[in-house]
Amino acid sequence: MFNTLASPFRKLGELTINAVWRLGFATRFLGAILMYSGQSLMRLQMTIREVYFAGVLSLIIIVVSGLFVGMVLGLQGYNTLSRFGSADALGALVALSLLRELGPVLAALLFASRSGSAMTAEIGLMKATEQLDAMRVMAVNPIARVVAPRFWAGVISMPVLAALFNVMGVFGGYLIGVVMIGLDAGTFWSQMQANVDLHSDVINGLIKSLVFGIAVTLIAVFEGYDATPTASGVSSATTRTVVTSALVILALDFVLTAFMF
Amino acid sequence: MSHDPYIELRNVSFGYGERQILSNINLRVPRGQLVAIMGGSGSGKTTLLRLISGQVRPDSGEVWVDGKNVATMNTRELYAHRRKMGMLFQFGALFTDLSVADNVAFPLREHTALPEDMIRDLVTLKLSAVGLRGTQTLMPAELSGGMARRVALARAIALDPELMLYDEPFTGLDPISLGVIAHLIKRLNQALGTSAVMVTHDVQKSLEIVDYVYFVAHGEIAAEGSPETVRHSDSPWLKQFVHGDPDGPVHFAYPADTSLADDLSAGAR
Ligand SMILES: Nc1ncnc2c1ncn2[C@@H]1O[C@H](COP(=O)(O)OP(=O)(O)OP(=O)(O)O)[C@@H](O)[C@H]1O
Ligand SMILES: [Mg+2]
Repeated sequence: MFNTLASPFRKLGELTINAVWRLGFATRFLGAILMYSGQSLMRLQMTIREVYFAGVLSLIIIVVSGLFVGMVLGLQGYNTLSRFGSADALGALVALSLLRELGPVLAALLFASRSGSAMTAEIGLMKATEQLDAMRVMAVNPIARVVAPRFWAGVISMPVLAALFNVMGVFGGYLIGVVMIGLDAGTFWSQMQANVDLHSDVINGLIKSLVFGIAVTLIAVFEGYDATPTASGVSSATTRTVVTSALVILALDFVLTAFMF
Repeated sequence: MSHDPYIELRNVSFGYGERQILSNINLRVPRGQLVAIMGGSGSGKTTLLRLISGQVRPDSGEVWVDGKNVATMNTRELYAHRRKMGMLFQFGALFTDLSVADNVAFPLREHTALPEDMIRDLVTLKLSAVGLRGTQTLMPAELSGGMARRVALARAIALDPELMLYDEPFTGLDPISLGVIAHLIKRLNQALGTSAVMVTHDVQKSLEIVDYVYFVAHGEIAAEGSPETVRHSDSPWLKQFVHGDPDGPVHFAYPADTSLADDLSAGAR
């Protein structure tokens, strides 16, 4: 009787302890990555190769999504703004929404599902097929050789991808507002120029995407390194990467927004 | 000092978690000799190699390699120990994101400052030693199981290590490659003075090339001896192994809590 009553609480306690333990482990893991980063940054071509896999191969999804999000912003923004007779402000609306929120957040979500999951699966499979063991036995530290280059590639790629997402979004807004609806192009751009502030909008947006990049990539490499070395272990680690990243991105976004704006 | 054995395990016990795998193992590999470890599947042979390479630490006992106790090494000492060592993994463990040539070049690039053209020559030499000079540009996924094993062997010997650990080097090889690889292992051992431990199931082939054999069963050294004594021994143990009989002192099945009849009738119920 007591056992059945207590078991949900016990389960909750177990989950909490587990979560805290993994958080501590991930923090130590970040420490180890930073400690061994020197070696991998000295051999830059390894990191560049990973930038190609994590960043360059994400270009298509980022460009296409950015364009569509910008076009939707153009349509929705025009609808709402024109009700108040301020359709002229469309350029500013599109740019501010993208720079402050949508660009960093959506690009990070896309990055987590496109590149984060791939990193987890790759590292997890290397673990399952004893490749990480083989490396250790050859006196090569897998954190320096496998994890750190991927981590830095993710951290470098994320802000660039977010910036590209913004550019494409603005272009999408321009296509809808100016080319399709026929707003005055000069007004569209000058409103944007007048209302976007370099520091509070552009820089803060970049800082956001940098923080998201660190978080997503750390989750991805950690889940891969920590995966149970079996097929099902790798698949559930990949799922965890996407789910945890999404939650962490949204939570961090709230915290950062509260501090910044 | 060089009269000391290169490897010596003293009273080593080890278990994964609760399950005891090895108990009170004593094993010696004299300098420059090739020693085989044989035993049933799951008897702990790979685990013995893991203990020698320092991938796992014994629960009790000492693992001496070249005058140092691997069981108490810190990470830096362990990495120094491994630099002198080559290991062939049971399943190859080739790096799937690197080509065959880059796999073999991996230890050379990591641990030496050799110029790129010299590395390329060394890679070609090592690959032709295992008969795979023509596979340099292939990716591991394009190799057969036996080919992958031979590439892994080329990678393991790339730095001409003092100590070689082979985990089943003969599995999946046709008789011709098997002869070539056996000859290569012997030659490394004789020409370079490499001390080596070889886990193998191929009793006949290994008795031709090794200096000494240990048989592992039930977590203990069940028998040991030179190839001569093993061939002519009348211990039921060794006879069963050398002739591959299913019945005898060695049991073919993994110990189970329930009998086979119980398991089968459980399904029918
Ligand atoms: N990482 C591990 N965690 C838990 N148990 C393990 C692990 N690796 C091996 N074992 C167990 O340890 C025992 C010995 O394994 P080991 O791999 O050393 O056997 P082996 O003699 O090499 O067998 P084989 O000839 O099939 O390769 C096995 O029963 C196995 O179930
Ligand atoms: Mg084995």
